[in-house]
This record gives sequence, structure tokens and C-alpha cells, in this order.
Amino acid sequence: MSAADRIARAMFGFYMVAFFLYLFAPLAIMGIATFNTSRFPTVTPWRGTTLQWFDALWSDSGMWQSLWTSFIVAFFVVITVLPIGTAAALVLTSLHARARSFMYAVMVSPLLTPGVVIGIATLVLWRQLGVGGGVFLIVVAQASFIICYVMLMITARLQRFDPTQEEAALGLGASKFMVFRRVLLPFLKPALIAAGFLAILQSIENYNTTLFVRGFDTPLTVYIATKVRTGLTPAVNALALIMIAITVLGAIAYEIARRRSAARMAAD
Amino acid sequence: MSDLYRRFGGGLGTLFLALVGAWLAGMVLAPNVMMIDYALRPNLPPSQLGGPNDVYSLDNILYLANEGVHRAIFFKTVWASALVAFITFLVCYPMAFWLAQNATVNQTAIVLLALTIPFWINEVLRTLAWYILLAFRGPLNAFLLSLGIIDEPVRWYGDGGVLAGMTYAYILFMLFPIYNAIESLDKSQIEAARDLGASTWRIHWRVVIPHAKAGIATGCVFTFMLAAGSYVAPALLGAPGSRWFTEIIYNWFFEGGDWNRGAAYALVLLVLCLAVVLITLRIARVSLTEVAK
Repeated sequence: MSAADRIARAMFGFYMVAFFLYLFAPLAIMGIATFNTSRFPTVTPWRGTTLQWFDALWSDSGMWQSLWTSFIVAFFVVITVLPIGTAAALVLTSLHARARSFMYAVMVSPLLTPGVVIGIATLVLWRQLGVGGGVFLIVVAQASFIICYVMLMITARLQRFDPTQEEAALGLGASKFMVFRRVLLPFLKPALIAAGFLAILQSIENYNTTLFVRGFDTPLTVYIATKVRTGLTPAVNALALIMIAITVLGAIAYEIARRRSAARMAAD
Repeated sequence: MSDLYRRFGGGLGTLFLALVGAWLAGMVLAPNVMMIDYALRPNLPPSQLGGPNDVYSLDNILYLANEGVHRAIFFKTVWASALVAFITFLVCYPMAFWLAQNATVNQTAIVLLALTIPFWINEVLRTLAWYILLAFRGPLNAFLLSLGIIDEPVRWYGDGGVLAGMTYAYILFMLFPIYNAIESLDKSQIEAARDLGASTWRIHWRVVIPHAKAGIATGCVFTFMLAAGSYVAPALLGAPGSRWFTEIIYNWFFEGGDWNRGAAYALVLLVLCLAVVLITLRIARVSLTEVAK
């Protein structure tokens, strides 16, 4: 190995360490700060180890209220975006080349619109109709762009659909509605579940759009951001830590499942 | 269209079209049209609505052009967002290349999974993590002080903090498109370039980057748009001297009480983002179809 190679290797190693440190150190510090007695969440100085902030989180009724609001929003977002996103994917795939690429551009345009603009546009339209900010507008504003993700995921799945299945069902006397319900929908089910999952996450994590249309309702992200301004305590860190723990466990479970199925594939 | 009806019949076909129509017309087009309407009208008390003063004009947009502070913040937001996109690209490119070309299947799977962990928790908490890390008496200053790199604590909140927090928040939007693009590059092309005597630098510049152009353009476009439209990072990690354009918009709505001017500012932001998206894609010769994978 030449000297130049060794330097390149060392630089790459340094980059890898720096990259993962950049990615995980902030989260690790946020998590560890949960156990520090200090009122402002930090790890320096360490004022003593405690579990009191989990109690503080437990008794923070505003936090639970806002979490509940976020769940309600997410629920209505999911039942709005799944039917519309699926319909959009089916309409899109039934179009021919030119019309299709035009409609595609129209349908992905909300993804290229800044979140604050989506919130503002929704707010001014509904004020004109006499509806103020609140859970309803949060759902409308979030759904308007989350539908795009659903549309993209369903479209991707539809590309692998074999139309002869539908023809066979029709040939055997099924009605068009039955074919949709018994052939196409079951085929789309994995994509629908994945899209629903993504929609829930997108909805709960959204801040920029929600901020403008929330009215007097306070979903979780808004609550946390307000807390940072008005009196941040490590109770928020306790919540973050719980969310990180769930995510890591989910990731590990996913990886184990992936390896098992890979091993099964290799065995076959 | 007729394909849709042939396939699903009249009832379902009409239902699908109605749903898509409700979405595109009611939730995308109408709000934006109303925002433009707001942007072009003056802010009047209710009694004067529809009166002689209620006429369309460019006053609200011209106000932005003539108000020095807001104009400066607007341009700063533009170039700072471009800077965020560029730095995010520099941070992600080596990792994307390694994942796509050199890592084993298991390494790729684990790293991609690990990368998504920060992104399952929301953007506010990701930014909060940086807020804690960069605090004046926080861990980063304590760490640098103990190493003797700095003599006194640094005020990170401000432009530096916003830049770090935003880059962090949008890594995934840059990494995945570039990774996907580089993955489709045949290893033998890199080997051929190397056998012909090209340096590592030249291989990337002349072989890998041209091949990954579409992915790089996509990543940059998304990162720029997200950065320009971000509210939480500048609000938490900024300082009074590092205000972001979205904060000005927010103030027009909820503190200044002038929705028309706020809508005009939002419209300017929208036009800017769409222009950057379309121009970047045109320059990189990428179609919109390739953008959303």
C-alpha cells in the first residue's frame, strides 16, 4: 500500500467517524440530558442523575393534550389521503404519455411548494369561506401535500401489476367493482399500509404548514417549539428519548426481519 | 380518461375523478389562487372591502422591494439556502458514493437504516437536539473549552447554528437521491477510467458526477426548497441578527396583522422556489418525472 493510499484511507475513516458523530451525537446528548437534574436540558455540568423528568413528562397535561391533538389530526389525514392518493395514482396510470407527464407535474407540485406557503394559502382560502384555523384546517393543509406521497407509492406499486389478473376475473364474470375490490385492492394492500404509515409520520412531524393553520389548537410539534421559547425542561427530552427508543427498536426489528427473509430466500 | 372508465366502470371511474378533482382544484389550485388574490389587494378594514380602494395593485410586492431590511433578509435567505444545499451535498456525496459502490449489501442495509433513525423523530426535536448542543453553556462549548481549542464560550446561535441545524435536518433528502443515482453506475466504468490513468478526483469529476447529475439536482432542489421554507431552525437556532424570510412572513400574519402583505411575501417565496426548481432541473436536463422517485 502506497503512502497516498494510506492517507486516503485515513481521510475516509475520519470522514466516516465525523459523519456518524454529526448524525448521532446531537440525539445522544439530547437523550442523556434527560437524566441530568439540571433544569435546562444539558449534559454539562452534570448536576446529578435523576429520573424526575419522566415524572414531569407524565404529569405534563399540556403535552398529552397536544399529543392527542396530533393523533386526531393524523387519523383524519390518513383517512383523507389514502382514498385520494389511490384515486390519483389510478387516474394517472390511465392517462397516455403527454397528458400523463403533465398531470404528473401538477400532482407533485405540492411537494415542491414550501410548507409555509401551503399553510398560508389554505388559511386565506378558508378564511374567505368563514372557517378559521384549527384541527380541520390542519388536516386539509397537511393532506394537500401528503396525498402526493401516497400517489407516488401507489403508482410505484401499480407498475408491477399484471393486468391479465383483471381480465381473468372479468372473464369469469366478476363485475368491474368486484374486480377492483377483490383483485386490485388486495394487490395494493402492502403499498397502502406503507403509505398510511408514512402519512401518519408526516402528519405528526409536520410543523411549518401546521403553524399557520392551527388556530388555537396545539399539536405536539407546536407545543414543543413553544416550550423551547417559554420554559424548556428535560421533560421534553424524556419524550424525545422515548421516541428515539421506539425508533431504534423498530429499526432493529426491521433489520432482523430483513435478514431472516434474506436467509430464507438463500435457503430456497 | 376513457381507459379509466373502461377499466373501473362509470361509478368508480367518476368517484376517482371527483376525488382527484377535489384535491387538485379545492386543495391545491384554489388556495394558491386565493393567496395571489390576497397578495394583490390592499389591507383594508371590513367596511371598505369592495369599495373604491379595493383594487388590485402590486403595492404589497413593491413594499418588499423597497423595504431595505426585508429585502436584505430575503436575499440572505436565498443565498443561505443555496449554501445549505451546497454544504449538505458536500457532507452527503462521499457517503452516498461509498454506500452505492463500495459497501457490502449488509453494510448498506444497516447504514441506510441507521440514517433514517434521526428522521423518524420530528424536525422540531431534531432542531431541539441542536439547540441543546449549541447552547452557550452547552456541551459543544464545554468540549471545545476542555480541549483548549477555544478560550471562551462561542455564541453558536445565529447563522452558524441555523446552517448546522438545517444541514442536519435535510441530509436524507440529499443522500437518497444521490445514492440511487450512483447505484446505477456500472463499476466497470470506474475501473476503466482508473486503468486509463485517471486520478480519483478526475474519476469523480468526469465519470461519477455526470452520471449522478439527476440525483444531485434532485437533492439540491429539495434541500434548497426545504431550507428556504423552513421556520423552526431559524426560530430556535437563530439570533436577532439572523432572521429568516419565513419569520417575516409569520410576523405579518400573527403580529403585524397584515395578511395581504404576508400573502404577497409568501407568493414571492413560492415564485422563487418554483423558479429555482425549474431552472436547476432545466440546467441539469432532468425531467420532473425523475425528481420524485
